[in-house]
Amino acid sequence: MIGIIDYKAGNLTSVARALHYLGQPCEVTDEAGVLDACDRLVFPGVGAAGEAMSNLRRLGLDRRLREWIAAGKPTLGICLGTQVIFEFSEENATDCLGIVPGSVRRFPGDLKDRQGRFLKIPHMGWNGVEFSRSHPVFAGLPADAEFYFVHSYYPAPAVVDYALGWTDYGLRFCAAIAHKNLVAVQFHPEKSGGPGLKILDNFCRWGGADAQ
Amino acid sequence: MLSKRIIPCLDVRDGKLTKGIKFKGNIDIGDPVEAARIYYEQGADEIVFYDITASADGRAIMLDVVRRVAETIFIPFSVGGGIRSVQDMRAVILAGAEKISVNSEAVKHPEIIDEGARAFGSQCVVLGMDVKRVTVRREVPSGYEIVIHGGRIYTGRDAVAWAREAESRGAGEICLNSIDADGTQEGYENELTRMISATVRIPVIASGGAGSPEHLFEVLTRGEADAALIASIVHYRTHTIGELKNYLHNRGVKVRRKW
Repeated sequence: MIGIIDYKAGNLTSVARALHYLGQPCEVTDEAGVLDACDRLVFPGVGAAGEAMSNLRRLGLDRRLREWIAAGKPTLGICLGTQVIFEFSEENATDCLGIVPGSVRRFPGDLKDRQGRFLKIPHMGWNGVEFSRSHPVFAGLPADAEFYFVHSYYPAPAVVDYALGWTDYGLRFCAAIAHKNLVAVQFHPEKSGGPGLKILDNFCRWGGADAQ
Repeated sequence: MLSKRIIPCLDVRDGKLTKGIKFKGNIDIGDPVEAARIYYEQGADEIVFYDITASADGRAIMLDVVRRVAETIFIPFSVGGGIRSVQDMRAVILAGAEKISVNSEAVKHPEIIDEGARAFGSQCVVLGMDVKRVTVRREVPSGYEIVIHGGRIYTGRDAVAWAREAESRGAGEICLNSIDADGTQEGYENELTRMISATVRIPVIASGGAGSPEHLFEVLTRGEADAALIASIVHYRTHTIGELKNYLHNRGVKVRRKW
């Protein structure tokens, strides 16, 4: 069973629908007991970091999530879920979970493309991800696959070894993270067509070891 | 960098497509869920549904369509038409849509944009703008006026000013429909699109007038649109989405080509 962590951050059913489509049993829940019994976790979310962290603390899920990841449970962060595993987010100046060293920064307002035109924020739409090494969860993707992004803040890991995938939007930011049994993406695999479903399917079959 | 998006638009009444789409062997498909699946498989980057149902029963049917679409396709999709309140928005989002589009209601009660953005985030709220070319006058300095109810009522609002206001109220995207170009298949209103795109810093989807791949190229380059809405050009099988994307790619426009 896959546990989808419900911390009242947006509509979490789209991840559940994608997992159903892949034939993977899953449950959207905020109950620590149920999540504890799950053999893997998805940590999604849409919304603001400040409210996300206060909900996690109120539900007691902040401490439990650290424990589950430390204990080796394969875990997939998506979008806001990915952002709050860092130490700090510039969004609402929020102290986050501190599972990955580094912070989450806002795209600068004067972000420009190579032709000098202002870029729109949020970064919304389809963009590529350049993977710097291979990883079981990202295996079998077409070389020029694109993924669906919607965000105004981007992950900036302090330890470059955590960074697995990079995306260009006026600046080069880290769009995919992998460390031991944790993988986390800034884009939405559940809304990224075939390549996104491939990532979810890979995750469901992954034992949790980083190396190939 | 971001790809330019190609977005087929499906009009739905009482749970059925108003104009069927032609598919293999010229079969006419009237089921919006099946049409969405076909366009998803052809490489649509997003899908827009316009619900032109008037009755309450029809609206309940639409929510069921939205639920079934959400179980079938794994790209973002939006629903517009008849959205009058935050409760209407919530029902559509809970049924599985990523975005809601508001049009006439936002002209009458602009606060719905603020309320929607507060409740669900700006990325969920698309402002649909129906625009007609008019003689320049004091209230309409751009020469483009906002119209509602399918173009029957002139509002006295300038398109550029309304785009700016919607952005400041929290709209996350603008879907810009030229009533003059709509249905002509003679090309998008590029000048208007460029004007709105230069005014706001939120994405602009151009709508109305697509009849050939060249038209998409024009609006995505000269018109500076972030996305192009298409209807007849794919519904009548003149082109597949894949063909349109290959054409754009060959002319140097960045589009998503693996799905």
